[in-house]
This record gives sequence, C-alpha cells and structure tokens, in this order.
Amino acid sequence: MKIVKINKKNWAEGLDSLAGSYSLSGPVKENGYHNFKKLNKGELPDFDFLNTKLSSKSFVFPQSEVMLEYSLDETADDHHIMKEVKKDYSKRAVVGMRPCDAKALMLVKMNFDTADYQDPYWLNAFNATTFVGLACDNPESTCFCTSAGCGPYHEDGLDVLLSDAGDHYIAKALTQKGEELLSAAKWQESADASVMDKKKAEAEAQIASTVKTDQLKKKATLDLHSASFWDDIAFACINCGTCTYACPTCWCFDIQDETKGNKGIRMKNWDTCMSPLFTLHTTGHNPRGDKTQRVRQRFMHKLKYFVDKYDKGIMCVGCGRCIRQCPVNIDIRSICDKMNRYEPAEQSE
Amino acid sequence: MIGYIEKIKQISERLLKEGTVESVVGFRKGSMPMMNEPCIVKRPDKVEALVWDSNCGINLTNYLTNRKDKIAVIAKGCDSRNIVTHIIENKIKRDQLYIIGVPCKGMIDKRKVSGLAEGEITSVSEDGDAILVKGNGFEKTVRKSDILQDNCAICVHRNPVIYDELAGDLVEEQKDVNRYEDIEKIEAMAPAEKWAYFEELLSPCTRCYACRNACPLCYCPTCFVDESKPQWVGKSQNDMDIRTFHFLRAYHCAGRCTDCGACERACPQGINVRQFTKKLEKDCLELFGWEAGMTLDERPPLDTFKADDPEAFIK
Repeated sequence: MKIVKINKKNWAEGLDSLAGSYSLSGPVKENGYHNFKKLNKGELPDFDFLNTKLSSKSFVFPQSEVMLEYSLDETADDHHIMKEVKKDYSKRAVVGMRPCDAKALMLVKMNFDTADYQDPYWLNAFNATTFVGLACDNPESTCFCTSAGCGPYHEDGLDVLLSDAGDHYIAKALTQKGEELLSAAKWQESADASVMDKKKAEAEAQIASTVKTDQLKKKATLDLHSASFWDDIAFACINCGTCTYACPTCWCFDIQDETKGNKGIRMKNWDTCMSPLFTLHTTGHNPRGDKTQRVRQRFMHKLKYFVDKYDKGIMCVGCGRCIRQCPVNIDIRSICDKMNRYEPAEQSE
Repeated sequence: MIGYIEKIKQISERLLKEGTVESVVGFRKGSMPMMNEPCIVKRPDKVEALVWDSNCGINLTNYLTNRKDKIAVIAKGCDSRNIVTHIIENKIKRDQLYIIGVPCKGMIDKRKVSGLAEGEITSVSEDGDAILVKGNGFEKTVRKSDILQDNCAICVHRNPVIYDELAGDLVEEQKDVNRYEDIEKIEAMAPAEKWAYFEELLSPCTRCYACRNACPLCYCPTCFVDESKPQWVGKSQNDMDIRTFHFLRAYHCAGRCTDCGACERACPQGINVRQFTKKLEKDCLELFGWEAGMTLDERPPLDTFKADDPEAFIK
C-alpha cells in the first residue's frame, strides 16, 4: 500500500477536493474540549488534541438511531406495518480519529457482524465510511493501549494512518478505501516509510501506563465472579453511564418505540449496564439489582467474558476515557490488575 | 486543608477501635491529579488510606443513604447540610452517625486547572493557598481562590453546621458574596433568549445521569426518567426529553439543594447544571427566607405550610 507525504500547505486544498465526493467529519474544539463534528465546507479538523471526549463510535453506532417507522392511522392500508427508514449511506470519511478508536471498531464488529447475524445499521454505516486515523505522538498518562492489544500507531480498523511530521503529514494507505481517499485528495508525493517506523517506536516508548492481562483467560469465571474485591471497587461508583458512553467498545443498546399522533418510530439508543433498568424484568425482578453486581458485570464483560468468548484479548483498547471521565475515579487499570492476579484464597483489602 | 488529615485519621482510628462506629466514609487517593475516590474503611489499621485535600468535592452524604450501620462520615460545610436534609427526610438516623466536621476553604475545579495548560496536567499539589500545577514542560503556581469550583467561590457556609467532632479550627465565613449573579443574568433574558441559552447549555448532555447520581438528594428508588410502567420520558437524544430531565430534576431539588456542586463536578461534559438548581435555591431564599440543611428543627418549605405564605394561590 502506498505511503505519501502531504505538505501541510496542501492539506486544506486536499480536504476541499475530498469534500466533493465525501462528507467529512473530524475533531472540533467546543466548550473547551474536542469532539467529532461534521465539517462544514472549508472547515478543517482541529488536530491539536490529546484525545476526543467521546469516541468515534457514534459514526457507526449513534447514541440514538431510528430504524423503522410506522403509521397508527387505521384508515391507511399499511397501518401498524414497520417500514425501513430510508437512510443516506453515501460516502463519508472521519479524519483524525485516534488508532484506539479504530481498533475499538474492530472489537465491536465482532458483535455486530457475525455469521448468524449482520446488523444492517452498523454495517451500512461502517462500509460507507473511510476511517482516517491520526497517530498519537503525545499519549496521555492514562493511555495504556500498548498492553491492551493496540498502540499509538496501531493500524487495525483504519483505512489511512496519518502521522504529523512537522511541516507535513505522512499518510499510509492501509486498505483500498484508503488508497481511494488519498487519490481523491490528489495527495501523491511519495514518502519515506522509515520515518513513520521511527516515530512509531518513539510514541510506543512514551506509553508509561500498562495493564497485565496474561492470567485472565486461565482464571475460573466463578472465582473471579465471587472475588472479595468487588464491594470495595464498587463502593465509590455512583452508577452513572459516563464510562459506558465514553467507552469506544461499549456496544449495548436499548430498543424503544416512540409515537406522536398517528406516527411512530422504532429506534435504538445507547444503553448502560450501570443502570438498574438495564436488566429489570417485567416481573419486577432484577437479576443485577445492586450496585456491586452492575460494576462487576461491566468489568467481567470487558476483561473476562469477552476474553473467553472471542480469544482476542480484552474488550478494551486502553484509551483511558473511562478513567479520566469517571466522577469518582474508578480506574479500570487497577481492576484489571486485581483480576489478573486474583487467587481465590486472597482476602479483601 | 491537607493539615486536617492526621486528625481525621486519628479520629477514625479511635472510633473504629472503640467500636463507636462500624465504618468510616472518606476519600482515598485517586489515580489521577485532582481526583480522590470515595471509600469506606472498616478496620482501624486501614485508616492510613484516608486522604483529605482540595480534591474532595464529591458529596459523601450520597454514600449514607439508607445505611443501617453505625457510621462515621467526613463532612464539609455542604456535606453537613445534606446530612441534615438526609436526617429530616429519614434517609439516615442522627444516632447512627458520627460526623467528623471539616471546615472547608473550597475545592479545586479540575476543569479550570486543565484550562491552564495546552497539554495534560500531570501533577497538582497544594500548600495553603498556593497550588503548584505541573504539566509536560509546564509549571505554574496559582492561587487556590482563582481555581475554585464555582459553587465554592460563592459559598457562605464553609463550616459544618452539624458535627460530633471537628478535624480543624472553624474558618471565617465569606461575607458580601452575591450568590446569584449568574442567575440574575438569566432572569433578565427575554423568553426566547432564555430558551436559546438553555438549549446551548444542554446541547452536550448525553444523559449519563452523573449529575443525578452524584447528588445526595436524588435517592428515589426509581427516578421518573427510569419509570417504565408506564414510561414517562423518552430515552433518545431528543432535546425535549433532555430538557425534561434537567428541569424536573431541579424542581425535585427545590428547597433541598445546598449547592454542594457535586452534580457539576461529576458531569463528564462540563455542563453548568447548577444554573437550574440555583434558580430554585434563590427563589426559596427570597420567598421563604430558607436555606437548605441549616437546622434539624424545621421542615423544608415544600413540605410544610405557613399562614403567611407569600404566594396568594395557596392561601
């Protein structure tokens, strides 16, 4: 795959060329932090950020997405028939997502794209999007991607990887989609691949935070489930949805019907396992009725059930968002280490 | 503030050893700058884990709701007022509690500190009013009064109003503070302007409910937004549903909110959610001369009736 050099002087012009055939989105600073927004004509993505507040998962998995619509008007022939909502899946590109967010898409894909079931909403959006990553040369102290199956120059899930080299970017096409985007932008000047390799090594060396995950698979599920540390971990938790909404790999959603007058829609909305409502049965019984059970579920899913089911490592890419945004400082790194080294005889701390 | 910790540990150790309480609710050191984690200590040999500094803005009263044990809690001025409210509302009994009062000079706003540097803040340490902030290639000393949480900057009840023992000398209360400057600005807006202002204010909300869940007042077994039989509020990112949540939550806190700032501190999006609760706090003060949580001897205005009520409709 080709590697090109993009002089920053040609950056805006290239994006402008892209805007003809792609709808572009990128990080934009608002209210003091960066998030992804659709870029208006001539608007440039702002790359002066460590990581975005929310991940880029919403491009394929929006917080609220209408799936079907229906009419309740009984004089209409098609009343009460669910109909697919027409959607625009024309070509779009996300420019400037971190490699961890792209790797997260690959983990989430295991859930939405299986042999038995393919989620059309997720896959249509995924297939329509070209993901242009921005390598991380200044990782944060909470980044532990290199020990979570990812890294600051990780390529999984990306179509193009950009690296900032001062007065120019080096862009590496990783897929056919990526090559097409570079051609559409008319970025063709050839570049030296070794520069990127050097920067990659430097960036990886900067990741100071790590987790240990090597023992997780060997642990007995029930041992971990009944471990003595969960109450202590869960004590501070206020059971808000911050960690799950900020997480690029949290994929749970809830399906809701909403009607107004004679018109109705069926939609999916992000859900959070931290909420008691997540598992509340219609009988009134709640299998995860207390806080500790819910906190345990979140970490067991990410660090044990997922590991066992897919054998592809943990369901976490080490972006550190949950650590930074948790109102009460619950830190997945220390929990992962606790689980990894847990022996059933261990007393609570 | 840091000076209190030795006293807090001493008291906690003594209470646990004597068996006066079964547990102590406090903070332990967080894994990031400007963050501490609420914790519960049950053994005298574990009190060493406790910390106290200007990063203890989470309201610990939130962790007392419906507890059945004898419990000690470390309480700033605002926490103590929420404890009073909790006792009045039967969420905990006074004789279950041992309140370790902490006179408070305010908590650091981590967003204000983060705004001081371009990159990441790697360490924040305090020495009285001097706060040393370090980042990558960045070092700056700022005055604590310049980086206080907004609610702390205008706080007029820094000393605990109820306590069994103090961890330090009482501090001077702030006087001549206009607590409602921001609210007066909103009140002066035309309706359309207000609407636009609130729309903008709430636009980043993801309804993670961190504000609600960090609030000691929000202890309903099922919040109205979580009611499912029947469902009262939509679950999507519809702006009307988001507004409904914030407006109703504020009304549920009328006459009870102590402006502890836990909601605003907890919000991952940095939304100034106190703008709603403060308006109702202002109304309660102006209409009923009421400040929440100041006394165990009086019912809050919204669950009592007085013949001299200022509102004509209720007479």
